[in-house]
Amino acid sequence: MSAESWSALSLSIRVAVLATVLNALVGIPLAYVLARRKFFGKTLLDLLVTLPLVLPPTVTGFYLIVLLGRRGWLGAPLYEATGWTVAFTWWAAVIAATVMALPLLVRTARAAIESVDRDLERAAHTLGRSELRTALEVTLPLARNGILAGLVLAFARALGEFGATLMLAGNIPGRTTTVPLAIYTAVQTGESGEVLSLVLLLTLLSGVVLVLAGRLGARAT
Amino acid sequence: MSVILGLLLVLLLAVPASAQELTLSVAVSMKEAVEEIGALFVTAHPGVTLRHNFGASGDLQKQIEAGAPVDVFVSAAARQMDELEAKRLIAGATRRPFARNVLVVIAPADSRVDVSRPDALLDAKVTRIAIGNPKTVPVGQYAEESLRALGIWDRVRSKLVFAENVRQVLDYVNRGEVDAGFVYTTDAATRAGRVKEAFRPSEDTYRPVVYPVAVVAGSRRQALATELVHLLVSPEGQAVLRRRGFQPSPAGAR
Repeated sequence: MSAESWSALSLSIRVAVLATVLNALVGIPLAYVLARRKFFGKTLLDLLVTLPLVLPPTVTGFYLIVLLGRRGWLGAPLYEATGWTVAFTWWAAVIAATVMALPLLVRTARAAIESVDRDLERAAHTLGRSELRTALEVTLPLARNGILAGLVLAFARALGEFGATLMLAGNIPGRTTTVPLAIYTAVQTGESGEVLSLVLLLTLLSGVVLVLAGRLGARAT
Repeated sequence: MSVILGLLLVLLLAVPASAQELTLSVAVSMKEAVEEIGALFVTAHPGVTLRHNFGASGDLQKQIEAGAPVDVFVSAAARQMDELEAKRLIAGATRRPFARNVLVVIAPADSRVDVSRPDALLDAKVTRIAIGNPKTVPVGQYAEESLRALGIWDRVRSKLVFAENVRQVLDYVNRGEVDAGFVYTTDAATRAGRVKEAFRPSEDTYRPVVYPVAVVAGSRRQALATELVHLLVSPEGQAVLRRRGFQPSPAGAR
């Protein structure tokens, strides 16, 4: 593999790992809240998290630019205060991958949490456990396989993210060129032979992930 | 009888609604000019429909190499046309240089960062400079040549953001995502008010920006496509180009 392919692969793995960690931190509490709580704006929150699953990634990328660009709603104050912008950095790739992967984790984890027997939670309550401890000691461990399956799917989605990444992070060799972007560029410039190994690797990896997620999902039910 | 009529009907429906259709793959910096000249062409040829495929010349070249059903190719550099000609993918006899452009460095209109001369690009305040990806985008190739000739390529490299075509560079500057960008003067003119000209790299630092046009060898409408090429080099076509800020192709260019 060429130096550029290696650089794309190492960047992709870093981006996907970090995006999966962020997904776990944000997505698992979110899935729990959506599964077990009723609150004002729940439908809207569910919609916001799920939309990237069905929207064209370029539309999600567009919203991310409006939000985080140098003149964006959050991006402008950040730039004024620090002189730093997330766009065109590898953090942009992480954010794009996180947003695109989140619905996969949340939906899978939510379904797993919803299938946990509520009587077990009530039993924990009657034994004096708080809701937080019940969630941590009863609900989440019982939904473990579903949550893991969601995380595995989120990792695969983050690894393969293209559209939103291209829009927010650009395609800068060595800095934001992830594997999907490297493949795109190679085909555009007629050098697809160079990235054939990346194509095969990504296919293999995604296949392994699907099998793994399927097994975890099967054990969850 | 009715069976034959039915078959005829099927055949009729199978033919595209507009039998006279030309597909043009056009370097995106030529977008407005070619659209305007195309409108003249359609007026002169009733019943003809034009389909425009805009993009970076390098991408368009690869599409033609992959067998895209294109009739006319307008490139922003000789290189992409040369490569197609060497592979006999364009009808060499129809090739004409028809316009010339000039490189310009632009900045967001409200930018307070000084980029009025090449050296200013080295300043720490300039954090991001957009250029077309030199692998596929001619304006990026010209920008690289110019930055190398100016002796600052290696020092600005870490600030470079590669765009997929010249209009993306324009958009990055327009949105204020970058401090400076390399485009053609004609692109900058399409966003007057949102972007401002910072400086023009000396024209001896890069090859002349010449646009060649040619009929694609695989075109099934060679005659009609050749007429379109002729319109681009005609006084009528040249008048449109001049009004849009393009210069005439220099003598001896290909």
